Amino acid sequence: MPQAYSLRVNGAARSVSVEPDTPLLYILRNDFGLNGPRYGCGLSQCGACTVLIEGRPVRSCAIPVSAIGDKAVLTLEGLGSGGQLHPLQKAFIEEQAAQCGYCTNGMIMSAKALLDRNPKPTEAQIRKALAANLCRCGTHNRIVRAVQRAAKEAV
Amino acid sequence: MKRREFLKSAGALVVGFSWSVPGVLAQQATLPRLPGSLNTNRMLDAWLRIGTDGKVTIFTGKCELGQGILTALAQIAADELDVAYERIEIVSADTSRTPDEGVTAGSLSVENSGTALRYACAEARQILLAAAAARLGVAPERLTVADGVISDGARKLTYAELAREASLRREATARVKPKPAARHQVIGRSVPRRDIPAKVTGGPAYVQDLRLPGMVFGRVVRPPSYRAELLSFDEAAVRALPGVVAVVRDGNFLGVAAEREEQAIRAAQALRASAKWREPADLPPPPPALYEHLQSMRAQEKVVSEKAPAAPAGGRITTLEATYTRPFQSHGSIGPSCAVAQYRDGKYTVWTHSQGVFPLRRDLARALRVPEAAITCIHVEGSGCYGHNGADDVALDAALVARATGGRPVKLQWMREDEFGWEPYGSAMVMKLRARLDADGRIVDWRHDVWSHPHSTRPTAGGGGNLLAGWHLADPVPSQMVVKRPPAPPNQAERNAVPLYDFPGQRIVLHYINDMPIRTSALRTLGAYANVFALESFMDEAAAAAGADPVEFRLRHMKDPRARAVIELCADKAGWKPGARGDGTRGRGFGFAQYKNSACYVAVAADVAVDRRTGKVRVVRAVSAVDSGLVINPDGLVNQIEGGIIQSASWTLKEAVAFDRSRITTRSWADYPILTFPEVPEVQVHIINRPEEPPLGAGEGSQGPTVAAIANAIAHATGVRLRELPFTPQRLKAALAAAPAQAA
Repeated sequence: MPQAYSLRVNGAARSVSVEPDTPLLYILRNDFGLNGPRYGCGLSQCGACTVLIEGRPVRSCAIPVSAIGDKAVLTLEGLGSGGQLHPLQKAFIEEQAAQCGYCTNGMIMSAKALLDRNPKPTEAQIRKALAANLCRCGTHNRIVRAVQRAAKEAV
Repeated sequence: MKRREFLKSAGALVVGFSWSVPGVLAQQATLPRLPGSLNTNRMLDAWLRIGTDGKVTIFTGKCELGQGILTALAQIAADELDVAYERIEIVSADTSRTPDEGVTAGSLSVENSGTALRYACAEARQILLAAAAARLGVAPERLTVADGVISDGARKLTYAELAREASLRREATARVKPKPAARHQVIGRSVPRRDIPAKVTGGPAYVQDLRLPGMVFGRVVRPPSYRAELLSFDEAAVRALPGVVAVVRDGNFLGVAAEREEQAIRAAQALRASAKWREPADLPPPPPALYEHLQSMRAQEKVVSEKAPAAPAGGRITTLEATYTRPFQSHGSIGPSCAVAQYRDGKYTVWTHSQGVFPLRRDLARALRVPEAAITCIHVEGSGCYGHNGADDVALDAALVARATGGRPVKLQWMREDEFGWEPYGSAMVMKLRARLDADGRIVDWRHDVWSHPHSTRPTAGGGGNLLAGWHLADPVPSQMVVKRPPAPPNQAERNAVPLYDFPGQRIVLHYINDMPIRTSALRTLGAYANVFALESFMDEAAAAAGADPVEFRLRHMKDPRARAVIELCADKAGWKPGARGDGTRGRGFGFAQYKNSACYVAVAADVAVDRRTGKVRVVRAVSAVDSGLVINPDGLVNQIEGGIIQSASWTLKEAVAFDRSRITTRSWADYPILTFPEVPEVQVHIINRPEEPPLGAGEGSQGPTVAAIANAIAHATGVRLRELPFTPQRLKAALAAAPAQAA
């Protein structure tokens, strides 16, 4: 049976009535109209759906809404938009760190979690932090440079 | 129209015209040949329109796949029209509004669409200048243009003011020459891509982000194997599930629609669980037996190139032979294929990330049994495709389900297992090479035989009927998969099998296997990746037999000056040292190709590190040089070349589709690992810009040279030559164990 859930998404209170095992991804995309988190595999294997929950990167395709509670959910949209871009978003544009860009959401969100706990990561630490995020176009090195640039500019 | 609103909000460009493009003429032999795609779409206003409101809109039949083509085309238009780049708006790949330029593939978009736009915009600019000259009563030569404002020094007229009298509703002549490179201001600059801001902020960027009023969500349930037959399923139980709007069964095709996406997924799971199938065990044996099997299949032979060997100049002749293989490989798009379809009043509208909206429409019409005019296909970007993935198939799936939803639009995305299990793979291939060397260490005769399944079964290819669901219908669309058709013409398996080197004698033969027990089609580079792997590996084997340095050996046989320049620049930038020896674990290898023998020239030098204990190969660095003629956007070119190198390294070290005798068993990323961040090499790209040469496609230029460079680097490091892709740890470990007497 559907149940009512109150979620905190990008700083705002949102409510939805769905089955408890509904993956968070579909609520973010279809009920809240967010585009950042994307369906890639549904199996926590690729990272395209990554969001931050209380600052930690989580695969929204595999976490049921019933497990969220009142924890703060942050999506790509919550980082910034329009004229107010997050340093990571700016850096991805400046480094042209995308081809198709389908994986970009997961890259930026995973990088945000990394920079929040380690503001000055080495290149190897960046690569390790993104190791479970798949990119198929081969833009890895641009993504690494974008994260390095964002880290530099955040000081 | 909803789609207009979507396109606006998607950051795609607003259009000032709602009427459809006139004058898309069929190519006729009696008409003069026009450059690029102007030849088949000859009206100027098919390519650009100047609005009385000052809007400048260009139209292209090519589409954005993440390769940056729309940015490059806008750069071209800006320069030829003398309009600020930022003001150029683009409409792309829409069967109701843009030229039909077939498929966005083959690294041809800049050559075909870019060339058409260069000539169309140059001519439009001259028409506008002539109109201004008439109004101002001065000679056109006295006029200058800056951002769409024409001036004679004192008076000014804008393109907008001239839009009415300077009608572009006329056939192009191509008599106005595009600007010389010296006058380019936007071409040649690394203009930032137009599509990236939305992609980094969560703006609507993909067909997956399209949301229409009343939209429902669809999913399909595929058979467990290619030619399985549906015996029974529990329709009533699925219909009773929450949110289910429709259950569609047509022959072996099963689909569902539901109010919510997770409800559609659950309904599809229930449908799958209840379905009973009859499955044949009719797949070929997996590798390595696959490769013998391929050579035993019924094949058409085609001599692709033949030069009689000159009579050997006496002396010793050394003959070398080797066989190379490549498995079935997946496109592996990160986002599974998706489409939105609406069926209303007997007409379909399909939003699709197909690479070819016009060919897709033709095959949709066949499968849906309606005239083409009843279908509109509109391109919206999807995840990167790298060739013919599930994009076209899912469009038919969505349309079939949309027939059952009472006019409500259906967004249907494949699940990961659908994409891995059903997309058409890059074909498995066998390459047998033989070379004869004279006593001076020159190749006098070269033979390359290649066995392969088809490399293009896109919509309309080989007679059409190439959409997956069409084969599963109760009244199936005939296709190579279900009904044996007359053989389609051989296609592109021989790509880059013909050496660019100057050998006195050569014989290149394609053994083309029309049957497809496993579905295959265009994967980026088609046959070129495997042919260059074989050709350029074998060049190193021949160099070794001749006691020559691999780079010098290539130059020894190469006359083409642009090829030589690329090889020399790459060797120089990589710090190539003739005679340097691998130390058992580290080595350097070289690879070269001109893609299709007609597009960009690329050379790659790869450094590898081999862990002899585990057999694991790491590509540490790849240095490349590229000549793609006139460079439109240098950073875009670098992005394509470096992306190609990394993707090729992934194919080369890791990738093979797995199957047993009845089923594809690759269903998730766990079954199909690809290169990850810690494994990605440092990549350098060095460009030779040739502003006076035509621009050449580059999206597929680096994959072939990369696989060869890696193979040659492993051989250089260890003395062991790997000829079977991919170069997995187990394979290298076994090869090292079998060759204890080798180097190091």
